[in-house]
Amino acid sequence: MKSAIKDVNGVKVIELQGKITIGSGDIQLRDMIGNLVKEGQMKILVNMGGVTMMDSSGVGELVGCFTTVANKGGKLKLCNLTAKITDILTVTQLITVFDTFDSENDAVASFF
Amino acid sequence: MNDFAGPVVVSISSRFENIEVVQLVCENVCAKCGFDGEKTYQVGLALREGVANAMKHGNRFDLSRLVEVRFEQGQGILRIEIEDQGEGFDPSKVPDPLAPENLMKTSGRGILYMKTMMDRYEYRIEPGRGTILVIEKRI
Repeated sequence: MKSAIKDVNGVKVIELQGKITIGSGDIQLRDMIGNLVKEGQMKILVNMGGVTMMDSSGVGELVGCFTTVANKGGKLKLCNLTAKITDILTVTQLITVFDTFDSENDAVASFF
Repeated sequence: MNDFAGPVVVSISSRFENIEVVQLVCENVCAKCGFDGEKTYQVGLALREGVANAMKHGNRFDLSRLVEVRFEQGQGILRIEIEDQGEGFDPSKVPDPLAPENLMKTSGRGILYMKTMMDRYEYRIEPGRGTILVIEKRI
């Protein structure tokens, strides 16, 4: 998995590309968001547009990250979900848990 | 067009990196079965979950224990058997990941994935062998 972090009006936007799967992207995702939380970042947006596959470990890490951020009083949201990722979040019923947006701009605006 | 002759059998040690190797074989088998991209993705994802479970819950990451994956076809079905060398893992004891109290858990969704992605899912535990998981997809 490849990743990049940028700041948009105080929102940390994480752009992910590739697979979030067991033993690779899942740990990377946890570390990346864990570090942002340690830095005191409370507004985190994960742009999922480039994610090609997310297995149950990847989903588990995403849930764990959501909880970590929420426990610190912050918010973690998702944007640009592909059909495959939307299907997975629907099947796991997590689509009701995450705030999701079709565009990065709308997602960033929702934090304010 | 379906030109998969099979069976194909792959044995791997219980390292997560090896899941990528089996998935590559799986994609090749799916192509020979004439699966489109969507079906190939579904089978690959289910396979990954089954192999990861075999490594984690079956072999408990013991590198001396193998996971064997067998691909075969018959009667219009691709059948994949995933066998570990553990003590026997009973997937029916995994809590329902859709129950409200489990929704925010960080694990326990692998079986749900397999049931969703495949047309058939079953497992058996045989004396002297580990857990044998069978997943099938109509061709």
